[in-house]
Amino acid sequence: MMIQSIGQKVRRRLGAYWKLVKSLQTGLLLLTGLAGYMSARCPVITWRTLLALTGSLFLAISGSTVLNMVYDRDIDAQMKRTCNRPLPLGQVSATEAFVLGAGLSILGIGWAFILYPIYGTVVFAGFFFDVVVYTIWLKRRTAWSILWGGIAGGMPILAGRTLGVGQIDWIGLLLSMAVLLWIPTHILTFNLRHKADYQASGVPTFPFVYGDRGTNLAIALSSVVASVAMGIAAYGIGMTWGYLRVLAVLSTGLFFLAVSSVVRPSVKLNFGLFKFASIYMLSSMLLVLVETM
Amino acid sequence: MREISLLDRILLLVTGLLSAYQIAVGIEGLGSLAVTCYTIAFGVLLVAGLILIILGFEALESPLVVVVAALIPLSLSLGLISQYIPTYQVSYMVFAVLGFLAIVVTRYLTPGKTATIALALVHGTAGLVIFALPIVLSLQGKTRPGFFLVGIGGGLIGIGGLLLTFLRAGRTILSARMIYTLLPILLLMMTAAFVVGLAIA
Repeated sequence: MMIQSIGQKVRRRLGAYWKLVKSLQTGLLLLTGLAGYMSARCPVITWRTLLALTGSLFLAISGSTVLNMVYDRDIDAQMKRTCNRPLPLGQVSATEAFVLGAGLSILGIGWAFILYPIYGTVVFAGFFFDVVVYTIWLKRRTAWSILWGGIAGGMPILAGRTLGVGQIDWIGLLLSMAVLLWIPTHILTFNLRHKADYQASGVPTFPFVYGDRGTNLAIALSSVVASVAMGIAAYGIGMTWGYLRVLAVLSTGLFFLAVSSVVRPSVKLNFGLFKFASIYMLSSMLLVLVETM
Repeated sequence: MREISLLDRILLLVTGLLSAYQIAVGIEGLGSLAVTCYTIAFGVLLVAGLILIILGFEALESPLVVVVAALIPLSLSLGLISQYIPTYQVSYMVFAVLGFLAIVVTRYLTPGKTATIALALVHGTAGLVIFALPIVLSLQGKTRPGFFLVGIGGGLIGIGGLLLTFLRAGRTILSARMIYTLLPILLLMMTAAFVVGLAIA
């Protein structure tokens, strides 16, 4: 009976931790890291390195996500979308979450440094830009903070690529830029969808500062540049024409939806763009992975 | 408006994956015009499938649907002409480009009867090419017998187009609910017929 109750408590706690990690977002960023690594077509790819990359990136990304949640728990409590997260609900205390986030981050970044120092540096840079620059310093001050959030989001793919080729190269930077520019599409469509929520919490967002039209324009522009960067990077990787064609088709779809949302803005279309942008990034990464296997 | 179901989404996803496969692998080694045409046709199918999965059948209410959908038969038929009877490719390309422009221009400048006639003429011709050419070629033994599947796909695309036209015109041969139920199945069968037919041609 007692063992059963302890088991339930542990399961509940782990469930709350899993929510703190934001498994979908972390999973997508992890996938970009794996794609970056595989894109190197390194002749000495081993399962050990691949597992170490997966483990270290997962820990580092999860850690920074948890720390962000700790810092933003007051904002999360004010927003309908996020008020059911474990911290605002009191399922996990701030101290406990901080210890968890810091622990995961130290383990992840430490493991990355042991694996390869330059790789570790990039992983650390991702952590630093995400937690310190984006969340702590800029998120509550300027709508342009998303740019730094974007830079942080582009670090896993750069880290993966760096581990694969042994140095930071132009393809890695372009891949990173593609993710960087995709992130505004993702976040800004979210900002538009939950505008009232963000306004209530006092976080400066693009729709609040530049209006819906300005935001839609920024989304369209970043989508176009992101897909161009992705296309050039894919060409640089040596992706075959067949896969490049699929990438071009998906880029055209993204461009079409982004332009439509400028010309005929609507909540539904905005939601469509948000989802399509996620599918675009997921597909791009899968194409890189499948192509290089 | 019927809500899109999980089964619809699965069927559309498989349609998208088949289209992606065709673009990536299925058209390797063909001439550049054929590759471009097939990429456009299957690309529209891929993106349309994804948009329908995300936005549901409401997406079909956009006025752009007619114009974008016209790209599928036009580019497929041009691809087939370029691949199998290249002597006609320039003249058919002129027809395809002018036909597409006619659909766009009439839809926005003279909506109504003229737009419908332009759409029916261009769609009809392209549909006939996709339906008849593979069947004729396979009967003549110029391609493998399985190539007739592309013609079947052409027939299915015609049925899908008709259903959508009736739906938009508000004429009820079938209820809107039934049309929305059939559409993902038709799209999948059509794409599968094209992919398999082109693979074994």
